[in-house]
Amino acid sequence: MTSVGTPVPRVDGLLKATGTARYTADIPFEDLTHAVLLQATIARGRIASIDASAAEAAPGVLLVLTHLNAPRLPRMRAFAKGGSAQQTVPALQDDRVRFAGETVAFVVAESQEQARYAAMLISVEYDEEPPAVGLHGDAYPPAKVNGQPPDYRRGDAERALADAAVTVERTYRTPVHHHNPIEPPVTIASWDDDGGLTVHEAAQGGVHMMRLGFAEALGIPRRKAGSIRVVSKFLGGGFGGKGFMWPRNILPAVAARLLGRPVKLELTRAQMYTSGGYRSETVQRLRLGADRDGRLGSIVHESTSTGSDMGEFPEPCAQITQMLYACPNVTGTHRLVRQNVGVPTFTRAPGEGPGSFALESALDELAGELSLDPLELRLRNYAETDPEHDRPWSSKGLRECYSEGAERFGWSARNPEPGSMRDGRWLVGYGMATAAYSSHTWPTFARVRIRADGTAVVRCATTDIGTGTYTVMAQVAADALGVRPGDVTFEAGDTRYPFAFPPVSSSGARSIGPAVRAAALAVRTRVARLAVKDRESPLFGADAATVRAIGGGRLARADDPERYDTFVDVLERAGLGHVEERKGYGVMPFLHSTASGIAPWPVGPLLRVATRPFAGRYSTYDFGAQFVEVRVDPDLGVVRVSRVVGVYDIGRVLNPRTARNQAVGGITWGIGMALMERTTTHPRLGKYTSPNLSGYLLPTNADVPDIDVHFLDRPDPLVNPLGVKGVGELPVVGVAAAIANAVHHATGKRVRSLPIGPAELLG
Amino acid sequence: MIEVVPSEGGVVPAAVEVGLVVNGEARRLVVEPRVTLLDALRERLGLTGAKKGCDHGECGACTVLVDDRRIYSCTTLAVMQEGRRVTTVEGLGTPESPHPVQAAFVEHDGMQCGMCTPGQVVSAVALIAEGHAGSEDEIREWMSGNLCRCAAYPGIVAAVRAAAGGAS
Ligand code: FES
Ligand code: FES
Repeated sequence: MTSVGTPVPRVDGLLKATGTARYTADIPFEDLTHAVLLQATIARGRIASIDASAAEAAPGVLLVLTHLNAPRLPRMRAFAKGGSAQQTVPALQDDRVRFAGETVAFVVAESQEQARYAAMLISVEYDEEPPAVGLHGDAYPPAKVNGQPPDYRRGDAERALADAAVTVERTYRTPVHHHNPIEPPVTIASWDDDGGLTVHEAAQGGVHMMRLGFAEALGIPRRKAGSIRVVSKFLGGGFGGKGFMWPRNILPAVAARLLGRPVKLELTRAQMYTSGGYRSETVQRLRLGADRDGRLGSIVHESTSTGSDMGEFPEPCAQITQMLYACPNVTGTHRLVRQNVGVPTFTRAPGEGPGSFALESALDELAGELSLDPLELRLRNYAETDPEHDRPWSSKGLRECYSEGAERFGWSARNPEPGSMRDGRWLVGYGMATAAYSSHTWPTFARVRIRADGTAVVRCATTDIGTGTYTVMAQVAADALGVRPGDVTFEAGDTRYPFAFPPVSSSGARSIGPAVRAAALAVRTRVARLAVKDRESPLFGADAATVRAIGGGRLARADDPERYDTFVDVLERAGLGHVEERKGYGVMPFLHSTASGIAPWPVGPLLRVATRPFAGRYSTYDFGAQFVEVRVDPDLGVVRVSRVVGVYDIGRVLNPRTARNQAVGGITWGIGMALMERTTTHPRLGKYTSPNLSGYLLPTNADVPDIDVHFLDRPDPLVNPLGVKGVGELPVVGVAAAIANAVHHATGKRVRSLPIGPAELLG
Repeated sequence: MIEVVPSEGGVVPAAVEVGLVVNGEARRLVVEPRVTLLDALRERLGLTGAKKGCDHGECGACTVLVDDRRIYSCTTLAVMQEGRRVTTVEGLGTPESPHPVQAAFVEHDGMQCGMCTPGQVVSAVALIAEGHAGSEDEIREWMSGNLCRCAAYPGIVAAVRAAAGGAS
């Protein structure tokens, strides 16, 4: 009878498959105007002159904003400090150019074509300065890495390395990655006569967080932020690239205010590369020390990524190394090198993605040194408790992931000798890696309403980024209410609904789920309370707290299920059109863990002390094991992934159909990372050379093989009442390493710089 | 017949009248010659089913059928299609009465965010008609002009196979 755990089809599936789902760019608007960005063509210097007169005179042009005439905009508060921005420097405020692709003009016209044409008529002259490009300059420590200090130490890793019987010391590199959702970011801003602003956004950034960002950017006091509405109903993919406030989000609202008409800005694919962050390139030095049995005595993981004057996002590569294996001496460090390329941001599996490539490749190299099976090496260093925080896991089924995965894959058939397995002319390789991801619980509120006809509507200002939130949350509410999922509508993506944090860090199911469940249980109890006080109800006189939902919108006495009432009847007799309850989840633990970072002294420390009872006593991670088979053409160096098995411990699986889809997507991201994805930067000009989808290669249908996804589906009893952890990013983690390890097994060649292509294998 | 309307700006091309048969219905519209078929459908005819993912013929989100052949509508101009039959995803089926391929995409969960889905569905309909749905490998190959960043590829392959009558 319960719906959670069953493969309910996507409720918005037919809308999407028939083209009726309305994404932000699809929304019709009266009197709409169209904007385009003009972006800097140099990476560093000054605008010597900018002449927009021809553009202003072009047909249909309504407004051209440059740094000469744009309204003053404030510097934004950084996300890491409780704000909403990654790039804190607003657009069009001075003549400085800090990276290629920075906005230098904003053109609004009656039609898209007119705006695009007019932008080409703007002539800009630059005084160029040589840009800083690449991770070659002086490295400096960032202020924070994911809220943690940049350096982590337990024990004395350097000393233990010196004493180790076997050591591996290697440097691994990963390139710049771009999110590249198929939907380009779109913003439509319109002001009403009372000074209210409505923004339709393709927003993964959480509509409430964006509302505060708009208020800050536009000088609207926080207490009046209610006059701003942000709407985001369907999102065509995010992956981190549509999170946070960027200058591009703000400019349409600025222009719309000046024009008194709605303004729509849709980025081009090329502009997406410089307008919403990216994953920084990384250089990671790994040093492992072990005894002859393969027990790790020391790990040093030093990661360097891109820094910027405009904001800071260190790719948190070493953090996975700090928690993954039972090793007494671990050092993890993060450093930045300033470059003129814009601010990086979260990209699916931030940190763990590239970090696991380095760590899990190095472990494979150590296994080779020791002539030990790579899987056995992981088992010998299995962490029974969290070595980083020195506390128990809330759940960890990793051992089962290893054994189940090895079994399904046929790992035992692996001949350990590199280059020893063949299928015809193809060299065959097997590789594996561990996956772990620190998914989060963020503060989330939900409102559940039971209507007179017995159906329910759930409202929560999250966004369904394609993960299936509309479907899965209807299931969660249906079970709590005791109705069919088809009787529940989940509504999201509107600041009119209760607050939800952005659905990032695989937080959706584990944050929204418990909030929806709590609100549904509360409203059910309210109906029960009405019933037990109603003489005409079969429940009259019962204890409301013990009334049970028995399905079909019926509530029954605990002692006698034959005596029941229904939502429809209770509401009708009470003369109510609906009843409603709102509940929050995850607030206090969030305040505790972030207090010092987001609130100024002494509020922060005091808040931290006050919320101490809510500090976690367990560490929660999603775990998994990745097994990969590759085929390598010995003459052409072409690598094909021919099989993948992924086994995951994500706690309880709310909907196996949507969860499996996400896992397949994550694994495919790993394939892309291993074999094709790379944004190249011109070494002297500091400009991206492939800001498109033909130079930046994404996996196509033909690149994705048979993928066997298996979930342990074991509820985590300690993480939340639903027992659910996170699924979105975990399946990415470790795939690139497993592929690199398989390539080494197939060819004997170790590639330590992604992506792996013929050039690396034939060279 | 194409009628040229004089332009005011001189440098900006004139607007022209184009006749298209869109989803079975004869439509006439006046557009500048530089307007792509995709923009004509989305911005002028209100058919927003076809999506703009790249505007450069790289992603397939804008796929429509012209005289039953699949094309990227972002890399052709509306004026080039004068008199032709254009079928968009809206012309295949509706939520109330979906095309079998649309129903199969839901059944096999061949989507996540759904942004690429209209293009995938249109491509799939054409691919089945072309006789390119014989095996999973063939489907993978012939569906590779439509990128899916969410990578719902296995579901897409299963949906095409099922709709083509080859469900196993
Ligand atoms: S929008 Fe036409 S191929 Fe991408
Ligand atoms: S479903 Fe998101 S791009 Fe295909």
